[in-house]
Amino acid sequence: MDKSTHYSFGRDEFNLLEKLSNASSVSGDEMEVREIVIEEIKNHVDQYSIDSLGNLLAIRRAASTPFLRIMVAAHMDEVGFMILDKGEEGLYRFEKVGGIQVTHVIGKPVLVGKDKIPGVIGTKPVHLIKDEEMEQPISLEQLRIDTGLEKNGKVKPGDYVMFATKFQKLESSIMGKAFDDRLGIVSLISLLKMPPENIEILAAFTVQEELGLRGAGVAAYSLQPDAAVVMDATPAYDLPVWDKSENYLYNTRLDHGPAIYIADRAMMSDPRLINHFVMVAEKNKITHQIRQPGEGGTDAGAIHLQREGIPSISISVPTRYIHSPVSLARISDWENTYRLVSLGLKSLSASVLERG
Amino acid sequence: MKELIKKLVETTGPSGYEAIIRNVILEEVKSFGENRIDALGNLIVLMGNKGEGKKIMLSAHMDEIGIMATHIDENGFVRFTKIGGVRPKTSLSAHVKFLDGTRGVIGEEIQDRSGEAMLLQHMYIDVGATNRQDCPVKVGDIAVFDRQFMDLGNRLVAKAMDDRISCAILIQTLKQLKTSPHQLFFVFSAQEEVGLRGATTAAYSIDPDIGLSVDVTDTGDTPKGVRMDVKLGNGPAIKIRDSGMLSDPRVIEWMINTAKANNLPYQLEVLEGGTTDASAIQLTRAGVPSGCLSIPTRYLHTPAEMVDYRDVENSVSLLLELISGPITI
Repeated sequence: MDKSTHYSFGRDEFNLLEKLSNASSVSGDEMEVREIVIEEIKNHVDQYSIDSLGNLLAIRRAASTPFLRIMVAAHMDEVGFMILDKGEEGLYRFEKVGGIQVTHVIGKPVLVGKDKIPGVIGTKPVHLIKDEEMEQPISLEQLRIDTGLEKNGKVKPGDYVMFATKFQKLESSIMGKAFDDRLGIVSLISLLKMPPENIEILAAFTVQEELGLRGAGVAAYSLQPDAAVVMDATPAYDLPVWDKSENYLYNTRLDHGPAIYIADRAMMSDPRLINHFVMVAEKNKITHQIRQPGEGGTDAGAIHLQREGIPSISISVPTRYIHSPVSLARISDWENTYRLVSLGLKSLSASVLERG
Repeated sequence: MKELIKKLVETTGPSGYEAIIRNVILEEVKSFGENRIDALGNLIVLMGNKGEGKKIMLSAHMDEIGIMATHIDENGFVRFTKIGGVRPKTSLSAHVKFLDGTRGVIGEEIQDRSGEAMLLQHMYIDVGATNRQDCPVKVGDIAVFDRQFMDLGNRLVAKAMDDRISCAILIQTLKQLKTSPHQLFFVFSAQEEVGLRGATTAAYSIDPDIGLSVDVTDTGDTPKGVRMDVKLGNGPAIKIRDSGMLSDPRVIEWMINTAKANNLPYQLEVLEGGTTDASAIQLTRAGVPSGCLSIPTRYLHTPAEMVDYRDVENSVSLLLELISGPITI
């Protein structure tokens, strides 16, 4: 079997995903994940560097000519929180880092700062909640992180806070935090280990995506690729509607394979790349879906506008419950996303980007 | 010029899918200068050399607002989202046409909607299908409003006057221009309606001394309409500001002086909502002195945008004068 297009991820990939999913990498504090990635790729790339924003940029040269220089990006950061004050009796005010819904975090365990001090986002016991309070929205300002300390000490303002969720592999699915975008990170590492010969891979493990695609823009500016492919995770809201009417606002659906972006708030994917990847999927019988065009944005939104313009596309793993403490994805969707990008790159040539 | 306008407005070209309209424009302009198509699909036509003059970027966007299919339901109705500033109110009952020629009409849900705000997510396209299998539309397919050009004499009505009317003006200017001391980049830009994206990368590559967009602007001359001091038929509008840009005062002065010196009508435009390619050009690299020549247009972002033909002709005359003589900025 051609190793560069293998279909199933093995124990190595799942172990790596577990390690990365459990690691801390809230936007702006991506060092832990970056160190793991460097360990994984350093023997598989021709060069790597860390730029001024903290992006990890690695180059794997093509083994044949002619070749295209393709940026493949996945973001290292995840949503989380930041401690705001010195606290009182182990109770700390905190702020969101990235897009998080308050109701998703109440009562959830977290880890605070470099020392990963355990804590919980406290909540009022149901016994004490009055009927009229049940209907009231809750603001972040009302919540505290409780580290259970008698007096404060180790926790400082500015400390990052991550969800304390542990990775689990289920029968056909995986569950854990930060699948957005650790699924893409593992796929990108796999690409560097089993690269297509005809492509110079400009791998960008980016920072601060969750704060507005900040890392990817500067990475693309410096890499100057011929085209870019972004590997991310995208929400799947493919749940039944309560009144059994047809759900037509799902964004993506599990078991429907890699989600190819056509349009989101930040980008129109290049039609030539859309056609190419759809054709590759059809030719190789890879189940795939078109992500419902609409809101949202990936690193491609920043990448495609750099310099004189960069033809770009996003291909994401459909994932339930992202930006909450736990996300859930199908193993097959993840593997097929990797496979589609790998096969798509393998058959990508300058002729795809010619205008007829 | 009306024939050219009719051809341009009736051609399909939503943001990101400008290939068809680009080819129509390319046919018109290719004998007048070198041209190239860049990564985002901008068509750039180059005229003249940089001698004593300036390097000038003129930008009119090719793309028009559109809608994109998001879901085909079991009964063959197409759910959709907007590409650019499409409003629910002006979409209802509109005729639409997909890139492959499939046509349809827009309908809306009635149940539980009384008193609710109109939202595109409660609307759908009916293409005449009866189930998912016989629906010719796929998720991701893109459509535009489908409306024929209407000639009312002085007033012209069509979909996509924004901004094909300016494409027509740039083409006409290219055709009539005799000599210029400047190096001119006529940019027919892509993806303006989704965030000035084409102009952003085109301006980076051109790196101009002066940037000028040609685009449509609102008018304040309809019953209880927008409060704005621009009228249809009172001449091209020289932009002072919009919500994305303060025009460079030197560019404004150059435009006003040129209009006055040549006895051409003009009006001054302050637009409170909306912006043009010029705001992207202005912030490129180390900054570019920029301005905008605006074509007064009623009913913007509806399938029936109206311009005054005399404004169009005067815009060509003003543009020709602007780029024919020396510029001191």
